Parts: sequence; C-alpha cells; structure tokens
Amino acid sequence: MTDATAGQPETQSTATVVPEKMAWDSRARRMVTIYVPLACFVIILLFPFYWMTITSFKPNAELYDYKRYNPFLIDSPTLDHIYKLLFETAYPRWLMTTMLVAVCATFLSLLSSVLAAYAIQRLRFKGSQYVGLGIYLAYLVPPSILFIPLATTVYQLGLFDTPFALILTYPTFLVPFCTWLLIGYFKSIPYELEECALIDGATRLQILRRITLPLAVPGLISAGIFSFTLSWNEFIYSLAFIQSGEKKTVPVAILTELVSGDVYQWGALMAGSLLGSLPVAIFYSFFVDYYVSSLTGAVKE
Amino acid sequence: MTAATLTDWTRTRPQPTWLGRLFDNKAFLVFLCLLPAVGLLTVFLTYPLGLGIWLAFTDTKIGRTGQWVGWENFEYLLEDPLFWKAVFYSVFYTAVATFGKFALGLWLALLLNNHLPMKSLLRAIILLPWIVPTVLSAIAFWWIYDPQFSILSYLAVDVLGIRDTYFDFLGSTWPARWSLIAANIWRGIPFVAISLLAGLQTISPSLYEAALLDGSSAWQRFRYITFPLLLPILAIVMTFSIIFTFTDFQLVYAITRGGPVNSTHLMATLAFQRGIAGGELGEGAAIAVAMIPFLVFATLFSYFALARRKWQQGEAND
Repeated sequence: MTDATAGQPETQSTATVVPEKMAWDSRARRMVTIYVPLACFVIILLFPFYWMTITSFKPNAELYDYKRYNPFLIDSPTLDHIYKLLFETAYPRWLMTTMLVAVCATFLSLLSSVLAAYAIQRLRFKGSQYVGLGIYLAYLVPPSILFIPLATTVYQLGLFDTPFALILTYPTFLVPFCTWLLIGYFKSIPYELEECALIDGATRLQILRRITLPLAVPGLISAGIFSFTLSWNEFIYSLAFIQSGEKKTVPVAILTELVSGDVYQWGALMAGSLLGSLPVAIFYSFFVDYYVSSLTGAVKE
Repeated sequence: MTAATLTDWTRTRPQPTWLGRLFDNKAFLVFLCLLPAVGLLTVFLTYPLGLGIWLAFTDTKIGRTGQWVGWENFEYLLEDPLFWKAVFYSVFYTAVATFGKFALGLWLALLLNNHLPMKSLLRAIILLPWIVPTVLSAIAFWWIYDPQFSILSYLAVDVLGIRDTYFDFLGSTWPARWSLIAANIWRGIPFVAISLLAGLQTISPSLYEAALLDGSSAWQRFRYITFPLLLPILAIVMTFSIIFTFTDFQLVYAITRGGPVNSTHLMATLAFQRGIAGGELGEGAAIAVAMIPFLVFATLFSYFALARRKWQQGEAND
C-alpha cells in the first residue's frame, strides 16, 4: 500500500506535471482554461470570509445601507462589534472553554491512539487486524446517530453540563482517525531499528519512547492538528450535552446565545464568527503541510 | 525471544525489577496499550450505539425511563409525512450535494494539478472553508442569504440589473433547499479537491506521454487514463462524503433550523428536534436508527471499492 505518502514532502508536484507544452498550447488558451476558472474558484471559496470580515468592522449605518455606501468596502471602520462581543457577552469564557475542551480532547485522543496504534502495528498480537478493522469501522459511525443515546449515557455518568462530557466524547471520532493515521506512520518506520534495541536490552516501553515516537513526530503533529481542528469545530455534542449559557463552546454559543429575538445583530454575529474562526485558522496556517499530508494520507491508506 | 531471556544470559546487567518484567510481558503490554482507546470507544461509542437501538424500541422521554413498545415508534414514523419529507430531503440533499462537490472538486483538482506559481499557498487558501467551524461559515451564509440585505440580491438587482425583485433565499421551500445545498457544496469542495489532487499526483506522467504520442485528445486522456486510475481514491472519498453529507446537521440547524414549514429537515435535524428539543428520546432514537441502513450501504460500497483496488494493483493483503 502507499504507506509512505503521509510523511513525504511535496517533491512529486513538480515531477508529475501533465505534459501539455504542445504547439496548440498558447498562453491565451492556458489563461482561459486554467487561470480564469481557478480565479473564480478562489473568489467563491473566499468570499464568505471576506464578507464576514468586512461586516464585523462596519458600523451599523453602513451595514444596512447599500445605496449610499459601496457594500464591498468599509467607509469608516469600527471596533464596536468586537468591543461589544468581548466586554458585554461571555465570549472570552466561551473561547476559553472551547480551547480547554479542544486541547484536552486532543491530548487524550493522541495518547490513546499512539498506544493503540503501537500495539496493533508493532506488537502484532493475534487478532490485531480485527482490532484495527474495528477501529476503522468506528470512524464510519457519525455523531448524528449517536448523540441521543450518548446524551443519556452522559447523563447517567453524571457528566451532563460539564466540560468532561465533551472531553470524553470527542475522542469517539478522533481516536479512530488518529489511530489509523499513526498505524500508517509506524508502518513506515523500519522494524530493524526496534529489533536492534530489543537485542541491546531495551524494554518495549523504552523502545516506544526513545525510538518509535521520535521518528513518528510528523505523524503525531498531523494527528494533533487534525484532532484540534475537529474538536474546535464540533457542534452537535456540544449543543446536546451543555445547557448553561456560560459553559457553551464558541460555535454553539454564537448560534444560541447571540441570536436573540427577530432582529439579528449581524455585526456582532459576524465578529463572533470571525474571532471563533481565527484561532483555528492561525493554528492551521502554521502547519498546513502536516494537515494536507494527514488529510491525503488518511484517504490513501 | 524476549529481553528477559537475554538478561539471564548476561550476568553483568542489573536484574530488571518485577515492574520492568511486567512491562516486557507482551500480553500485558498489548492489554495496557489497547485499554485507553478500546475503553473509550466501548463506553462512548459501542455502548451508546446499542443503547440507541434499544431506545428506538421504547417510549423513553427525558426524565422518564421507557417501556418496551416494539415497533410502535417505527410504525408511527411510517405514517408521519414529516418523516418522509425528511427522508426525501436527506436523499435529495446528499445526491445533489455529492454530485456538485465531486464535479466541481474534480475540476478544481485538475486545475491545481497544472504547473502553477505559489501552488502550496493556493492549496492552503483553498482548504480554508474546510478548516473553519462549519457553524461559523454557515452563519456567514445565513447573512449572505438575508432576505433584505443579501449581497447576492444587491448584485443581481442593483448592480447587474438581471432581476427586478430580491431573492427570497430561505423564505420558501425549494429556494431554501437549494440554498442549503449550495452552502454544503461550498464547504465540501476543498476536501474533495485536495484528496483527489493527491490521487492525481500518484498517476505516472509517462502514461500521458505515451497517450500523447499515440495522438490522443485531452478528453481521451482524461477518460482512459486519469479517471480509471483515480477511481479507487474517488470511491473512498465519495463514501466518506456521502456518509457525512447524509448525516449532516450543523448547516441545516444553523441556517434554517428545518424551516420554512419543516421543509428542510434532514433526518439528523428531525431526530434532534424530536429527541432532544422535544424530549421524545425514543422517537428521536428511532429516526437516528432509520439512518443506519443508508450508512451500511455506503460502507459496503467503500469495502468493495477497496477490495477492487487491491485486486487492480495485484498486491497481497498486507
């Protein structure tokens, strides 16, 4: 299988250009068939973000008057919406809760996935294939069919309306993915290295800590980023398991706490969405390559 | 051969403690390593899955344990026009959105597979809609679809002059349905495009060179080289996409909450409305359980696509 794909740097991209430098391939044609559609795609994909950003900095007078002001530009930018969000709502708390939940869920998932992947791929016990398959199948169970019984489970365990309800349930969709990703990584590490260490008298846990894990760091980073963004974006569990307003996570809180009455405060809503998207976007921008390789690596596995 | 036998043989080395010996016992180690993952998945995934199926056959409400009622919930749902509406829209939503995502995503992947300046930056930008929390981009779409201040209406009516009246995106049945599908396609394109791009990059360029020498047209190269070689990865990505589109919840809940007049309910949002918001846990669970046959179908699709792929590559099961 294509197990080396996940960690491999993008050296292929230049080598696999489709040969198209034929006589018919003029500059103009390339322009029309490639650059124009590509520009349209980028504009459409980015427009909602542009619109979100511009709305959060517009004063209300401009926001609802397209005749007098050009809607695509800001005439007199204001921080009113952001100020209102940060100081008149519980937004900072929601951000903290989301961060806490995302970090804890990521840590928990990584820990259990590393151990599980190591056991399945390296300890090679009888039936390890079936455990691997079972974990893969768990990935195919979507949260939408689980949230009702999970709500009762969470309630029975006394976790309802606490951050632990989220920290413990998010791994259900993170662990399968991370385990699958890390199995692929461990596969690409030569087994001989471990055999050498075994002969030198290292224990299994020493091998995992000193040899396998350092070599699997790119995989760990990929899995970590993926888990973090997924837990930051999670919605349905958080909506179903958290009741009190100040304990909600950002996506849920914006939708349920900021939308009040019939008149929507679009400025504040957009500012909230922008601020809620920024941390994950910034985090992502530092590790784009890892993210892409985990996404494509997992699909190719 | 284990390390324990080795330590007996080399006397100079200090004897490992009983704890060290325990950690070198393979069975114990396997158990210990699998415990967190399997424990978490059992308690919070397998058990609730079973519990959900059991709940579907009871009349449990929030705050009251239910009685076994057999197929009553399902019989009730079969006669409920709202349920059938949700089933219809779930299937329609999945079919149209998947088709749109894959048509546009494949196109974008083919565009990105060309030699472009700043390719990695471009790829990073394109993935943004996929990274940002769905609900937050859904709120942006909600604002774009506003009946009075929609920027799209402004463009169509006041700038381009192709319409006389503003769009009523979310006010009536079919426009609302199409608007949600458009938002779903927008969010899904990046994932499809980047995954398929990875697949495209594994196709050997020599195949295209050979085809070019044989005088093939661009369409023929796509039809007989790109498409068949992309098919295995396409099948897997499509399975995931179908599963997660069919069980979609966030977009619909954020933009329309099932309205206008319950016309845009997906099965997941209906299950939430009945189960959590309405308190009828049993009935909500029955709707969720009704989604399972569709998901099993999609999973089998994935399984056979995978098997076919291994067969194509002539590779042993590893």
